[in-house]
Amino acid sequence: MKRFIGFITKEFYHIFRDRRSLFILFGMPIVQILLFGFAITNEINNVDIAILDHSKDATTKEIINKISASKYFSIKQLIEREDDIEAVFKKGKVKAVLNFEKDFSKNLVKDHKATVQIITDATDPNTANTISNYVSSILQKYQQEQNKAITINYIIVPQPRMVYNPELKSVYMFVPGVMTIILMLVSAMMTSISITREKELGTMEILLVSPIKPFQVIIGKVFPYIFLSIINAIVIVLLSIFIFKMPVQGSLFLLGLESVLFIISALALGILISTISATQQTAMMISLMGLMLPVILLSGFIFPISSMPLPLQIISNAIPAKWFIIILKGIMLKGVGLQFIWKETLILLGMTVFFIGLSVKKYKIRLE
Amino acid sequence: MNNTNVIQAEGLTKMFGDFTAVNAITFEVKKGEIFGFLGANGAGKTTAIKMLIGISNPTSGQAHVAGFDVSTQAEDIKKNIGYMSQKFALYDDLTVKENITFFGGIYGLTKIKIKEKTKELIEDLGLEEVANQLVGSLPLGWKQKISFSVALLHEPKIVFLDEPTGGVDPITRRQFWEMIYRASHQGTTIFVTTHYMDEAEYCDRVSIMVNGKIEALDTPKELKKQFQVDSMNDVFLKLARG
Repeated sequence: MKRFIGFITKEFYHIFRDRRSLFILFGMPIVQILLFGFAITNEINNVDIAILDHSKDATTKEIINKISASKYFSIKQLIEREDDIEAVFKKGKVKAVLNFEKDFSKNLVKDHKATVQIITDATDPNTANTISNYVSSILQKYQQEQNKAITINYIIVPQPRMVYNPELKSVYMFVPGVMTIILMLVSAMMTSISITREKELGTMEILLVSPIKPFQVIIGKVFPYIFLSIINAIVIVLLSIFIFKMPVQGSLFLLGLESVLFIISALALGILISTISATQQTAMMISLMGLMLPVILLSGFIFPISSMPLPLQIISNAIPAKWFIIILKGIMLKGVGLQFIWKETLILLGMTVFFIGLSVKKYKIRLE
Repeated sequence: MNNTNVIQAEGLTKMFGDFTAVNAITFEVKKGEIFGFLGANGAGKTTAIKMLIGISNPTSGQAHVAGFDVSTQAEDIKKNIGYMSQKFALYDDLTVKENITFFGGIYGLTKIKIKEKTKELIEDLGLEEVANQLVGSLPLGWKQKISFSVALLHEPKIVFLDEPTGGVDPITRRQFWEMIYRASHQGTTIFVTTHYMDEAEYCDRVSIMVNGKIEALDTPKELKKQFQVDSMNDVFLKLARG
């Protein structure tokens, strides 16, 4: 035990004396959370639009007022001619143009039908889509208000309700993802680098010749990172609660346990990487390419798994991060207990055991 | 087994697939001896050492180090030997004192003992001024001396030195050999590999490995006589050329 404490003390010296690893450990999580939370967002706010109103009657005025009163849009320009549409888009001043047809009110009364064209700049398809949806919903609302007075035989009113994230805040989606990335990065990359560093410096050999046992070396190397990863997880949860006002609905205790499980699986991967790479550079490259990319692309963090081609959907099952994100979303957003996520937990546990077994086996072969 | 032999190898062999890295070497090292283990790069020196210090299992043959079998009692061997690799592996981002404390700790020395040893080592090497400096900032020659002293911290019966003088200047090498002699006088057996032939002259006995086999083993004086040359360098050249 005394040896173990000495070993861990040494490991902390390494971490705290290396600015680069300190930054990765503590700077990165905060920077990433803030970046994803504030800068990268799917919500729209105060989008500049232009209006081309061919009729300029009471109805169109009312609709335009409604749109400009919403916090989503601000009317930047009123244009007069069809030709100007292209021009305002090219200048990049507006993201959308609403084009009301001639005799809007009249048509509405006469034909019970009038059209407004929503032209959006689809160079950014997500935003274009969102804008178009928002405008449609404002129009629909207006129409319903008008129809209250008139009696129609029947009408189907869709009532969409977004549950678990009613305001569609994108931070709700990013927090679980970023937490996953960070825990993976800190646990897997940092451990694999710190173990290969000992190999590169030749100190690993000295350690193997000493009476300290190989598994003690590995546990000694990994332990500080378990500790630091847990701190990171806590920091991320606190940031999301206090800065982004994203409440954790479920049990914090369960969240903690699941995080520790994921951290251990990432550490096992880190050890595995260290057994196959001879230098720190290799370890870093393998960690980044082999772990980070799949976590970002295939875990369902950014791109929904259900819309991926089948082969990728199958591959995504092999990524521990996918399961962890499902678990995190379950606990943080839906507030579910273990009875709803036991399957994912079991898969993650199985993977962890598998990775540990594999790295122990690899490590032994290397000693031979 | 003879009591005065601290290392005894019989037909020690290591194969990697079809390649025989170490081919049935047999030799013994007496207590307190400085034993030179010579050979060109790739002759199998490092593989042989790895088997003797218990981090690589022999394919066949056997060896006893400090009275323990290398195949079955590696853990006991590790407690009784010191090892210094060609990289003088210390932690660059730890101070001299922290390095000593750490290595003392993994060999299970008590806190009091570590304190005592640290003081002794720092005085012996004249490191008072740099004891709290990071090892990374010290010149190579100092690292080498500290590394050797660290290998002796737990007072091992045998110290294995794998090319301990690579890359250091002649004066430092000289001083280093003085340290080796001192340790040897105190009863520590020294097992040293080198490819500096002048250093071979300092050894009590020398073995020369060529292509995995020990081709010559005797005192430097006898070897020179046997090959009818004036220096160990010539002995080596004669052997290596076949």
